[in-house]
Amino acid sequence: MSKFLKSDGARTVMASLLSILIGLAAGGVIILLVGLSNPDLSIKSIWEGIRLACFGLFSTGRNAAGNLSFGFNPTSIGNLLFRATPLIMTGLSVALAYKTGLFNIGAPGQYLMGTMTTLFIALSIPSSSANPAFAELMGTTGAATPAWLVWVLAFLGGMIAGAVWGAIPGMLKALLNINEVLACIMTNWIAANLVTWAFDSSMLKNSIENSKLGYIYKTSFNGVETAKLGLDKVFPGSQVNAGILVAIAFAVLVYILMNKTTLGYELKACGANRFAARYAGIRDKRNIVLSMALAGGLAGVGGSLYYLAGNTEFFWSTYQSLPAVGFNGIPVALLAASNPIAVIFSGAFLSMLDICGQQLTALTGYNEYITDVIIAVIVYLSAFALLMKTLLGGRAKKAAAAPSEPAKAEAGKEKVAQ
Amino acid sequence: MSFLIRQTLIYAVPLMIVALAGVFAERSGIINLALEGIMIFGAFMGVMAVRLIQQWGWFQGAYSAGNWVALQGFALLVMVISALLGAAFAMLLAFAAINLKADQTIGGTALNLLAPALVLFLIRIIVNQNTLTMASGDSASWFMIKKSMFGYGRTEQMGFLGQSFVDKVYPATYICIVLFIVLSVLLYKTKFGLRLRSCGENPQAADSLGINVFKMRYAGVGISGALAGMGGFVYAMTTANCSSNGDVAGFGFLALAVMIFGNWKPLNIAGAALLFGLFKCVAASYASLDINGDGVYLLKQIGVSAHLYRLLPYVITLVVLAFTSKNSRAPKAEGIPYDKGSR
Repeated sequence: MSKFLKSDGARTVMASLLSILIGLAAGGVIILLVGLSNPDLSIKSIWEGIRLACFGLFSTGRNAAGNLSFGFNPTSIGNLLFRATPLIMTGLSVALAYKTGLFNIGAPGQYLMGTMTTLFIALSIPSSSANPAFAELMGTTGAATPAWLVWVLAFLGGMIAGAVWGAIPGMLKALLNINEVLACIMTNWIAANLVTWAFDSSMLKNSIENSKLGYIYKTSFNGVETAKLGLDKVFPGSQVNAGILVAIAFAVLVYILMNKTTLGYELKACGANRFAARYAGIRDKRNIVLSMALAGGLAGVGGSLYYLAGNTEFFWSTYQSLPAVGFNGIPVALLAASNPIAVIFSGAFLSMLDICGQQLTALTGYNEYITDVIIAVIVYLSAFALLMKTLLGGRAKKAAAAPSEPAKAEAGKEKVAQ
Repeated sequence: MSFLIRQTLIYAVPLMIVALAGVFAERSGIINLALEGIMIFGAFMGVMAVRLIQQWGWFQGAYSAGNWVALQGFALLVMVISALLGAAFAMLLAFAAINLKADQTIGGTALNLLAPALVLFLIRIIVNQNTLTMASGDSASWFMIKKSMFGYGRTEQMGFLGQSFVDKVYPATYICIVLFIVLSVLLYKTKFGLRLRSCGENPQAADSLGINVFKMRYAGVGISGALAGMGGFVYAMTTANCSSNGDVAGFGFLALAVMIFGNWKPLNIAGAALLFGLFKCVAASYASLDINGDGVYLLKQIGVSAHLYRLLPYVITLVVLAFTSKNSRAPKAEGIPYDKGSR
């Protein structure tokens, strides 16, 4: 048993769990401090806020006496699975890049490009099951393309768009040696502006529902939506659909790619030491571009799956902000220590925090941003995850120097996958 | 033309000062990816300070009496506050990167996530909406210099120089420029500056000569945080009407690009910042730009989409980086935690 506890995997899991605990504690402390300094918030509401921030998933609202009630809430759990879908995909994106020595902070841009392409394809190819009002507006009444085909095309389109958008910083890195972090940040903002521009000059802005100005049509207007596969019966009232199964399948695929194939080995070798890999006959430049393209494709799929659900709407004027789902891929990957299978669980955890935040906003004077604070604290802690791991293993002295070794190999520009 | 110069300076100066913030951190050996987060934090704290001081009524008398010198003192006070708090916030990065030898990219990303989250959480609780504004009045009426303050009438012109550099400007802009020069001299012409830079190039050698690498790196990140925090407030005051909404529109990241484009050297950075400021200015106000003063709004008449102008600064950053990255010379030891025992 003690041997198991000292194994590398177990210590990684414990370090992640410890990060989560400290993150939740930090969130609780902030709620407490804010509550104490603000006369509008009572001691009772502080306690409610802390409970909801941690266990909001099981919240069932307030009972007749006005107290919080907790219990099994299938709607929340269904929504958790639904919201976990894009988080798992962006988490996989960041994790795959991280395994190959690249820090993919470009997931928001790739996610946006995937979203844009998916929506354009899903709404522009008239399907046979389109909403009559929508078909008439588009002038496509009586189209014959089956909806499932449109779905598949839109999905593939999103994946390819994300891959292209990821390949750009990859190429800049491989050919011109531009730091991928900076290139990704710029491509993020370019994507945000491009997407706004494209939708602004398109016909896809919702003009049927008056309350939805500023949004793009739901894909269900064109009859395109992800199959539910009975999941909506299991979790009534939630948005869940088969997308979560697709995301899990992708996680397994990435696991197989990285751990069981030659390509995965080459990608990881490039990440460990680009120059040594080249010496060993691996085409390092091609692999850098390829791993960024794969990462971008995964993030693009995240956007596809989220907006193909048929009940989600895209706010198109997004040039001043980037989707949080993209950035949250970073904590998802870090919490999972870049293990694709673990990403499924860390994605679900972040999605749970999301639900907790909603409950917090709905039921108390606090708001959902506290969950972002918790996430940020977790990211901060994972910056020295190695240190935490060694401390947990009780072998601090031996490995204390370890974190600095790999960084030195390439003047701090490249990071080694753990 | 005067309008163009004024607007360009308004955008260029925060970029310049925040890029210098990046230089101080990187020259000491720490990659400060958190510039964006520190700016957001500094902007929030500055706006909060303005709000509180207004509510306490400290400068209300000066405002009613039109005593603009005292109001500039107010602005300066808030700039100092946001600088101090920005430095304090940056200590989170310093502690992780220096003492715990953490991954600096992830540490910086954490601060970039933390700042908007914390700021929005607090703003929502304080004012129950997503934007924190001044308690009363607007940024222009409190902090802007106008020609009427020098006895010019409504229709009188101040001449080209006056129109460009005196009328309708924020003196904070000039304070930042002076600070930029002073700190550049500090970094390049003093003993302290030499020691700081040596820690970013070869910390082992610096240590062997008796320089405390940890202290120097703390100093670098501290100055960096102070400048970024102040830059954040100046940005909020001059371009966002002294309001904070957990966002500085990617200025912190643009400043990083300016720093790399400027090759970690102050003079080049100043030039790069002016160039970027010009593009930002065109993007923000292309429709009201009258370049030669003949009443023709050229850029508007070309009929190019506003989206293109917004897109340009980022595309140009990438293109410029593509051309300059071969010659760029980053501090050698940046990003590597200092470990006394290693060779």
